[in-house]
Amino acid sequence: MSQRKKAVSASQNKTHRRSQVCLDEDDEDAHFSQITSKQVQRAREHFTPVQIDRKVAEVVQFILIKDQKKIPIRRADIGKHVIKEYKAIYTEIMNRVCRTFEQVFGLKLVEIDPKNHIYILINKLEPIHGEQVSMRPGNPKTGLLFVILSVIFMKGGVIKENLVWNTLKKLRVDPGEKHDEFGDVKKMLTDEFVRQKYLEYVKIPHTEPVEYEFRWGLRAEKEVSKLKLLEFVGEVCAFLFLLHSPIQLTNLSVTVIINVIKCALINL
Amino acid sequence: MSPPMGDSHKRFLQTMMSNGIISASRAAALHKHCCETHGAHYVADRLEDFINIINAHLQSLFMHIRKGMSEDDGLEYYALVNVTETDITRMASDYADNELELFRKTMDLIVDSESGSASSTDILNCADSLQTKKLKKKETEHVLNKFVQDKWLNEKDGEYTLSVRCIVEMEQYMRTIYQDLIKVCHVCHNIALQCQMCENPICGIKVHLPCVARYFRARSDPRCPECSDFWPHEIPEILHSQSQSSQNLPSSSRESTAPTPSRRSRRS
Repeated sequence: MSQRKKAVSASQNKTHRRSQVCLDEDDEDAHFSQITSKQVQRAREHFTPVQIDRKVAEVVQFILIKDQKKIPIRRADIGKHVIKEYKAIYTEIMNRVCRTFEQVFGLKLVEIDPKNHIYILINKLEPIHGEQVSMRPGNPKTGLLFVILSVIFMKGGVIKENLVWNTLKKLRVDPGEKHDEFGDVKKMLTDEFVRQKYLEYVKIPHTEPVEYEFRWGLRAEKEVSKLKLLEFVGEVCAFLFLLHSPIQLTNLSVTVIINVIKCALINL
Repeated sequence: MSPPMGDSHKRFLQTMMSNGIISASRAAALHKHCCETHGAHYVADRLEDFINIINAHLQSLFMHIRKGMSEDDGLEYYALVNVTETDITRMASDYADNELELFRKTMDLIVDSESGSASSTDILNCADSLQTKKLKKKETEHVLNKFVQDKWLNEKDGEYTLSVRCIVEMEQYMRTIYQDLIKVCHVCHNIALQCQMCENPICGIKVHLPCVARYFRARSDPRCPECSDFWPHEIPEILHSQSQSSQNLPSSSRESTAPTPSRRSRRS
């Protein structure tokens, strides 16, 4: 991330008001709230409609690319990398961006962190029950994520990390080993999914040796319909309970479990 | 003023966004699915009109759903492309600088070649002389796999070709940087990388294999459309169409429905 900050060279950030070369992102962001209406007026007169249209398009592209990787978008990043000298009319540009997402893509830009101004794109179109998988792109990681979210959900919203690792082991996904499909599973859950705000991986205070617990992340809260999840859980309930039983699972039962989960996911 | 986008259009666009590229037959099925899901008025064979509405709204965002033909199977595909591209920027967010450089070099090799392909050996040699940062053999193989996974390249028997997605997406870019050095199909006027060539030294026109198949269909004495010399190459069979129902084919489609199932042979 820090490499990118340097790459977007200081030369492009020559907005008149700033004398510092490297800005703290908080300063960058605070700038948004200090804009006066006079500055807005001047900016609007300074840029042609064509230029402003172009900026809107660039912001839309920027957000789409970030969202493709499920990286939450920070307002400071939008300002620094895309809007730049158009900052005074940031609000106007963002209003148009939001309208575009709704009217063209059926997506909604949602602030998941009002303090730090972080956004994600969520789908406004209703997910269809029984939609063929071929009509909707699949992602093997989603399946695994859903299992974890379900387990956390069923256990009241927070679980110790050991429970997650044991659950995975029973699905023949050993977090200690490199998995064929998922690679470093531990990293995926504690780093990737956390960065994407699907999960939270939090230290439990006063534990020695240090223990962590998993919770739902902000994105999961916004994106995953609890109702759908309940249906999913209902469909695999018996099998999920089996996972927590002391009975050793044979390879056959693991295959069955995974197939049931896959079928249930298709209906999500 | 273009009609507003309905939920059916938005769903279609979202699916295009996650897939990047889909075959024309799948696009037709998707069109039906999207309309039926949202209770929109559905007319078979009006896929082009449906897509035109979406494109009208994508224009100000510098995006476009473009139709193209695969050099391998002669089938048509729809790809969501960025129109502002003056470079391979669509890939920029997914790959490191040296990986992008390798891709450009691979593209150079492919465009230069007679066969429209590059061997893994040649690509490995390039990897060794990159200006940005050299890639080791294992890293190169990994990157090439990524390119294939992400549908930018196709691989067969150690030979790499540009995928239909790549060509549709980057045709503009390629015409700009390669100018006259890039081959163009005499029949369909698109870029031709894997093609047959007229052997007449003063003619030398190039034709895509699927275009050859269609142009010379059932002709016992194939002649060059430009110089009338005998066409010395084996005429490939037209591939059996994969569409579910012939009703879904747009009228301008060049998709073939000839029932011959024999696999097209590669030209020598």
